[in-house]
Amino acid sequence: MSMHDRWLLAAALLGLGCGVVGAQSPDLGRAATPEEIAAWDISIDPSGAGLPAGGGTARQGEAIFAAKCAACHGEKGAGKPNDQLVGGSGTLTGDKPPVKTVGSYWPYATTLFDYIRRAMPLNESKTLANDEVYALAAYLLQLNGIIGESDTMDAQTLPKVRMPNREGFVVFTRGR
Amino acid sequence: MRRLRQKKSTPEQVAGNGLIDRRLFLAGGVALASGAARADPLPIEPYMRTPGAGFAAYGQPSNHESKTARIFASAPGTTGTGASRTPLHLLDGMITPNGLHFERSHSGIPDINPDAHRLLIHGLVRRPLIFSLDALARYPMESRITFLECAGNGQLLNQKEPVQTGAQALQGLVSCAEWTGVRLAVLLQEAGVDPKAQWILAEGADAAGMSRSVPLAKAMDDALIALYQNGERVRPANGYPMRLLLPGYEGNTNVKWLRRIKVTEGPTMTKDETSKYTLLGADGKALQFVFPMEAKSLITRPSPGLAMQGAGLYEISGLAWSGYGRIAKVEVSADGGKSFAPAALQEPVLSKALTRFRIPWRWDGGPAVLQSRATDASGYVQPTRAELIARRSPNGIYHFNGMTSWSVAPNGEIKHVYA
Repeated sequence: MSMHDRWLLAAALLGLGCGVVGAQSPDLGRAATPEEIAAWDISIDPSGAGLPAGGGTARQGEAIFAAKCAACHGEKGAGKPNDQLVGGSGTLTGDKPPVKTVGSYWPYATTLFDYIRRAMPLNESKTLANDEVYALAAYLLQLNGIIGESDTMDAQTLPKVRMPNREGFVVFTRGR
Repeated sequence: MRRLRQKKSTPEQVAGNGLIDRRLFLAGGVALASGAARADPLPIEPYMRTPGAGFAAYGQPSNHESKTARIFASAPGTTGTGASRTPLHLLDGMITPNGLHFERSHSGIPDINPDAHRLLIHGLVRRPLIFSLDALARYPMESRITFLECAGNGQLLNQKEPVQTGAQALQGLVSCAEWTGVRLAVLLQEAGVDPKAQWILAEGADAAGMSRSVPLAKAMDDALIALYQNGERVRPANGYPMRLLLPGYEGNTNVKWLRRIKVTEGPTMTKDETSKYTLLGADGKALQFVFPMEAKSLITRPSPGLAMQGAGLYEISGLAWSGYGRIAKVEVSADGGKSFAPAALQEPVLSKALTRFRIPWRWDGGPAVLQSRATDASGYVQPTRAELIARRSPNGIYHFNGMTSWSVAPNGEIKHVYA
């Protein structure tokens, strides 16, 4: 890093913002309003912050899955032609090919809501209602034996789900 | 230039099975042509007599180069969810032409109206900001010649038996371009980053909303919002009208069609940084946030599909790269790794860019196994395939930077082998 870079980094990390450096910066962004941001701010981290109102159960999710998901992910998430979503428990160790699914591999249940809402179904993403997304997340968790069929997944319960492979990840450092 | 001393019966040999001092071509000490006389006069072709084709608004390669093309595959039931691969074996130099840059898309290539596109920066900032393309175009620009490599490049080498294919199918998910754009640090600093922030989330405007978490330190270091690719606007398949460029980082983090950057305290744990792009080990634990691509190299010529044309002198040529900096050395073997000789590195040798290497080789017409081994400026040495698999697990899939081997048969055929 050059001295200038170091200074920029230090300024940013200290939160100095445009007050100091802005005089030399084009500063051509316009202020974003909370309403504008809300439409795009769809990412959900493990804390569950930002999860919307609504909820759903596995029972409700089953019909939605059959109608909108099973063509690609198989009946009850068994896979084919695309990713298998259910099963694979106990397949991660050793040299045999692992079966990485929501149940065997995914560390956070919040990722289900984030990903289904933004990217699924593949040919019409971002069309599911929040209740439908919660219900699908509940269905996949229930198929994997993680929650019961009548457990409701919502903004409070989903982040509390403990995924079986929660401790299965190690942050990389070079040389490992 | 000095003349090479000629002492032994094979005077220029520097490693087993015919490798020749890398300086020999440069010294002009090697005669390639046989000098045999031709009986017929050289032909006068029709195009030497009549005017050729007119101008074109946007030029295309020669009609005779139709084989210099990407190959691609898409997930079942989709047309743009998958990858296309660069024909590395048919290119030379360090820069990948824009039409041949590899592509990896998770839900096709969006057709984005640049006037409507917006970049939102928000989260742990003092002032959330929205930038139009016109606004970004007024910022100071910087250019970086940088390779991009998909984290899954080379993953077929995890297979138990060598897959019978060539450089493009095995390693074609790497390309190199000059990217020009606005430093992300400048925009973040205008927004005013909260001291609590340690990460950003970058998100695309594609139908998959591809999203990855990236350490704030990287965003503040050398990240660009890239608007140009090899001098023209970024190609649609590579993120038009703007993409995140994180030099050296695995391709997937270089989010295309960038619409949003959220400054966060921790990683968001998106699908692509948990269920994908994590390296599962034999102990059942997976490495996460494996960002820079390790040092790697590949012989692109000769390679499968480019048969030898009889014994004699050839140039072995290939590419080396490291996400941790410059390539310091590339060594080449013609005897399956028993002996190595240093290749010449073609200037310019740039940090986190593809580096072209070359070495002369006198093929005696017998069996040979060609390999290359890169060392980067940090001292890291590219492992053999077997070493890498022993160190981790074939289930690691991603970031496969072990050596690729090509066998040369007496009939000139070249095959992918494990050696």
